[in-house]
Amino acid sequence: MAVTGIITGSLLILIGFYAILSKNNLMKMVIGFSLADTGVHIIIVALGYLKGRTAPILDSAALTANPETLVVDPVPQALVLTAIVIGFGITAIMLVFVWRLYEKYGTLEISRIGEAK
Amino acid sequence: MVRNLFIIFILAGVASMFAALALGYSDPVALGSAASHYVSKGLAELNGVNIVTSVVVTYRGLDTLGEVTVLFLTASILSFFLKNRSHETKSESSELLTTASKVIFPFIFMTGLYIVMNGHLTPGGGFQGGAVVASALLLLILADNKTDGSPTLFTVLESVSGIFYVGTGVAGLILAGGFLDATVLGAGITGRLLSAGAIPLISTLIGLKVGSELSTMLVKLKNASEV
Repeated sequence: MAVTGIITGSLLILIGFYAILSKNNLMKMVIGFSLADTGVHIIIVALGYLKGRTAPILDSAALTANPETLVVDPVPQALVLTAIVIGFGITAIMLVFVWRLYEKYGTLEISRIGEAK
Repeated sequence: MVRNLFIIFILAGVASMFAALALGYSDPVALGSAASHYVSKGLAELNGVNIVTSVVVTYRGLDTLGEVTVLFLTASILSFFLKNRSHETKSESSELLTTASKVIFPFIFMTGLYIVMNGHLTPGGGFQGGAVVASALLLLILADNKTDGSPTLFTVLESVSGIFYVGTGVAGLILAGGFLDATVLGAGITGRLLSAGAIPLISTLIGLKVGSELSTMLVKLKNASEV
């Protein structure tokens, strides 16, 4: 189960890297960063998964009696919560830079921005 | 051609890294030592049912403070790079749109507040709820073309909640075990809305701060666009 998460996340990261490296359009590069970000989140959450266990919310007597053997690792989930917000901030700043570049050069194609310089 | 080869080379390298991770991965059978402490002692120490929120708000509270600071920095950079065009004349938006958005707004807003307040009992907390509240405000400022979204209100709200957030942390330093220790307030009865010490209070402050920071960004982006 965790391996499925790792493979899915790796594929998303690879698709994101491909978009960042090969696309000419700045918006597509921002989408690539966003995809790679999501892939990293999926991998981190998958690494905290333990087989057959439940979410770390101790709201029943059975869970409170013996939590160590019944719930998954809460630390990766807390870290991903942080990472999602940072990813949002990075995406917002990238979009504003792309906007400013578009206002200045009138194009989103990175090769034409290079020529205009 | 050389560029394509270069791209294929990099992607193959990254893919081999992840392949090694996926192939060599064996399911862990027990929690790590830190996680095991949070899970087994978390309920007794903080009385918070949702361990993830306990970790985010108290055990790793300093990380969360830093994260909120990063978000604040993002909002500042955004307003530095965007021009304010709100004084330019804009076309009136349709009455249907503004009325409908005002009907839907309270429901989204209440859902956001619910998520913020129940962060220690159910999945949720300050960040998630704050984002939902900001999405409700996004609906309002997108539907009403004329409004400038009152950025001053959000700046004041953001600063006040930030000061109280750090103030709660310092109170923990003086009255309890350390910075952002949630045991400064009484533990209460497990599972009640007002339990788990200062966790609901800190969650609410984070929710206010994140909500107003996200709203500031959206308002600045809207005021900079030419519609």
